[in-house]
Order: sequence, then C-alpha cells, then structure tokens
Amino acid sequence: MCLFVNVQKKIGTFQLQVQFESQARRIGILGVSGCGKSMTLKSIAGIETPDIGKIQVGNQILFSSAARINVKPQKRRIGYLFQNYALFPTMTVSQNIAAGLKGSRQEKQERVQEMIRKFRLEGLEEQFPEQLSGGQQQRTALARIMAYEPEMLLLDEPFSALDVLLKDRLQWEMMELLEEYRGTVILVSHSRDEIFRFSEELLIMAQGKVITYGKTKRIFANPGTREAARLTGCKNFSRIHRQDGHTALARDWGISLHVEQEIPVGANYIGYRAHDFEPVWGKRRKNCIKVQVGGLSELPFERNYYLLPERKGGEIPEWEKNRTKIAEDISELVCWFVQKEKWSRLKEKGLPDYLELKEEYMMFLE
Amino acid sequence: MLDWSPLWISLKTGIAATFFCFFLGIFAAWKTMKLSGAKKAVWDGIFTLPLVLPPTVAGFFLLLLFSRRRIFGNFLYQTFELKVVQSWLGCIIAATVIAFPLMYRNARAAFEQLDVNLIYAGRTLGMSESRIFWKIVLPTASPGVASGTILTFARALGEYGATSMLAGNIPGKTATISQKIGMVIQDGDYLTAGVWVAVVLTMAFGILFLMNLFAGTGKRSGKRW
Repeated sequence: MCLFVNVQKKIGTFQLQVQFESQARRIGILGVSGCGKSMTLKSIAGIETPDIGKIQVGNQILFSSAARINVKPQKRRIGYLFQNYALFPTMTVSQNIAAGLKGSRQEKQERVQEMIRKFRLEGLEEQFPEQLSGGQQQRTALARIMAYEPEMLLLDEPFSALDVLLKDRLQWEMMELLEEYRGTVILVSHSRDEIFRFSEELLIMAQGKVITYGKTKRIFANPGTREAARLTGCKNFSRIHRQDGHTALARDWGISLHVEQEIPVGANYIGYRAHDFEPVWGKRRKNCIKVQVGGLSELPFERNYYLLPERKGGEIPEWEKNRTKIAEDISELVCWFVQKEKWSRLKEKGLPDYLELKEEYMMFLE
Repeated sequence: MLDWSPLWISLKTGIAATFFCFFLGIFAAWKTMKLSGAKKAVWDGIFTLPLVLPPTVAGFFLLLLFSRRRIFGNFLYQTFELKVVQSWLGCIIAATVIAFPLMYRNARAAFEQLDVNLIYAGRTLGMSESRIFWKIVLPTASPGVASGTILTFARALGEYGATSMLAGNIPGKTATISQKIGMVIQDGDYLTAGVWVAVVLTMAFGILFLMNLFAGTGKRSGKRW
C-alpha cells in the first residue's frame, strides 16, 4: 500500500513540514525529541489536523486541505500505539480489547479471546491496566489495536517507557507479533537501534523537516548529511577541505586523507563511527590519527576511549584558530569504542599510537 | 413537638438541585473544556459567577427573571402554570443556580486531569464521541465527579440567601433548615435553633466523611508519610 504524506503545521514558533512517499511495509522515523516525529504520526492518524497538505493511503485521501477533506480518526482505520499505551484505566484487559469492536456480544467475545491467545494475555483477562507489567501493558495495547483490524499501524516510541532489561526482549517480541501483519507499520523512535532493527525504509527528521529519506541500510552506510549521520549514531566528525578528487584535509584531526574513491564535491565533513577504527602500533600507516590519552569509560562489554588527536610541535594550525566560531558543535575528542574481544590485544600492547580510518567506513557528508 | 418539615424540604431541595446540577455541570464542563481562548474565559466566567457573587445578588437576578410581573416569569405562568416565586420550585432553582459552579468546576478539573491520549486512543479505535465520553471520560473522572456531586449536595442543602429571596420562607412549603434557623433566632428561640444547628452539623460532617471515603478509593489511598 502506498503512503503519501505532504503536510505543514505551525505551532507557535515550531514549523512542521514533512513530505514523503513510501511503498514500504515497515517505515521508521528517527529524530530527537521535539523534532516533529509524533506530530507527523498524529497527523496521519487524524488526531492532529495539519494546516495545509495532503495525506493519502492507497487510493483513499485521508486529508486534503485543497479538497477540504479531513476524514475523522474513527473512520481512518489506523491503529496508534501511544508511548504510554493509553489503556483505559477503568476497564479490564478484556474490556480494553473489546472497546473498539462492533458486532454482537458473541462476535466480540470470540475476537477478544483470539487476541488474548495471540498476544499471550491468558490469565490476565480480568486484571486492570495498573496491575500489569510494562510488557503486558504493551501487549494489551497492541491486542486492542489489532482486534480492530487497522489497515495501518503507528507506533509512537513504544519502548521508551520500558526499562532497559526488558527493552531488547520486547522489541524482538513485537517484531515477531507484527510478523504476520500485512499492513504498513510506522515506528517513531529516537533510538537508532530500534529503527535499524525494525524498518526497511527510514525517514530522518530534524527541526520539523525531513532531512533524509531512503532504505534504512543505505542511510546507515551513507547518511549524506552530518545531522543524519549524528542521528544514526556516528560520533566522530571533522571538517574537511577537499584538495582534489582523492585527497582531503581533515581539519579537526590535523591529517590528510588519501582515498581511492572519488570524494564528492559538496562534501564538507567526514564522519567516522567509533567502532570502526583500527588500532595501529609502531609505524604510521595511511589515514592515521595520532592520538593521546584522553578519557576512558568502561562499560560491561565495551570500552569507550575519548582520545585527543596530537598535533606536531604543539603549534596551533591555521585551521584551528577560528574553530570556535565555525564548529562549536564538533568535538575535537575522537571517540573509539572497543568491543570486549579486542581488549586482550590492548592489554598486551597498551594504547595504540595511531587510529587508522578504513576507507570503506569513511562517510563523506554535506 | 418539633416540626420536622424544614428537614424534609431541605433534603428534597438538595436532592433535586443535585440531580439537575449533576447533568448540567458535567455537560457545561465537557463543552467548556473543548473551547479555547476568549470563548472559554467568557463561558467559564458565566458558569462560575454564582460561586463568587453574594447569594442575595444571585437571588435578585433570579427574582427579576422569574417574577410574574416580568416577561419570562409571566410566560412560564401563562403557558405552563409554573409559579417559581414563593414556591418550592423557587427553592430548587435557587439551590441549583448557587450550587452549580461546584459541580461544574469539579467536573472540569477532573476532565482536565484526564490523559488526553485516552480520548485519542478511543478515536483511533473507532469509538464515537459519545461512547468515548460515557465509557472512558466519565468513569476515569469519576472520583472528581463524585466529590463534586457531594459538595453540590452539601451546598444546595444549606442554601439561604438566594432561596430566601426567590422562594421566601413559607412554613411547610419553602422554609428550609437554614431559613428556619434564621427565623427562630430572630424570635430568640435558641433551643430550637440549637437543635437545627446540631442536625446541620451532623449532616455536614457525614457528607465530608463520605467524600473522604470516596476520594480515598483511588490508588493514592493510604498513608503517604
């Protein structure tokens, strides 16, 4: 089913301006809090009304300011899973699931039973939402939506209210439960892991606008812009000065980059993921940053090093003099995340002299 | 032998006024909540006015409206043979108007505390607006609505100022407990006044006790300290 969205809405000083079109069954929307992700979902569901624009699902126009169409949320058949699940507190699990159902008592009963089984809520039928665990609440909310057989499902930060231990398992569980659902699902999240796991296509939003849209895997490999790269979890950025098609000066790291591939003309930054550095001891290789000890934070299965790129002779290079003006948001610390299995090498050889940037992981960004 | 009629008149008036306030107050709260800006301020002002006005002022306006020498009062009398001034109907109307803001404000506070996502969820599940109201909004807001109802009843029960102006103080017909107390005090009959005061105190305390009991059934019951 094809989804077409092109809406604008102004709220105070915030301006939402979203446009995308997708055939994908699983769409992710990634962005920080307050970037307009939820507002976009709510517009699709009909809970919020955009100022102008058009929303179309398949052949049905749900909203069109030009044609003065605004289908009521009741008629859109779009399920919405709220961040806090929005279970009706005075109703039991069964009553919650039956809330949106039409038909005879018998039919409703059967449908509820079916959902209870499918979402593994057996034994909880007569419980009230506040008596349920976070995971059970989520399954109840999902069962309530699915009982209603929506044509599209919108998930608004469904895992943000859960504690970390539960999160992974529930994400996996939900994907399994949604496996057989044929309709389109849109997941909104600020977690790149959730989005990466879930979505075929990805929309990255910032300040009310879509900054990148495309296949999820492709965007993670090549985000295109610095903001998009940051949202997909890239930690290291440097301004670059392109010298020719294959050479660029990484100004914030104080090194020259030499690559086989053609550096795009419009590239102003290079991004490099913290997991992708190769430690080098002894002799310097191509595309290496000489690093000094900075900070270290130890996690159970990962060590995060925050290293300072070392400059020759301690002089302040030309590009460094006005850096505060241009790139306050670029940290000069280089983040290097080391997975547990590599710790033994570090223990044996000590901190590396250089970190090597592999060409295949370099991301040239606008 | 004490004439118990003021007690029955007060109770009857209280129950009738609470009945009207319950529906009117909830309806007004629900409608006002959906308004915004100046419209909301105006309607909220009108609905709350009887709470802040001296009851005698409210009584004055009611008298102006319902007097048979005025258009509306005359119309009621001519068409429906309804006599408001100096009648039990006057007691009910006075008590309803005076107690109405308590119901309205409590209901609105309860509605406004409601998680708006519940309403949105109802809509996306295809529930009609009226079904959402009766099945989700009202049950969820019921503790606030209940305490509003009780306060309304208590206020209607003790109404004095507007009632005395609109309905007068006719023994056995419109003489409520509050009016009875006022009257016997003027006669210097402190014993009878004392009996009625005791009755009122007992009822007032009973009502507050009931209200606390209601309010304590939610999840925040029990000791917090």
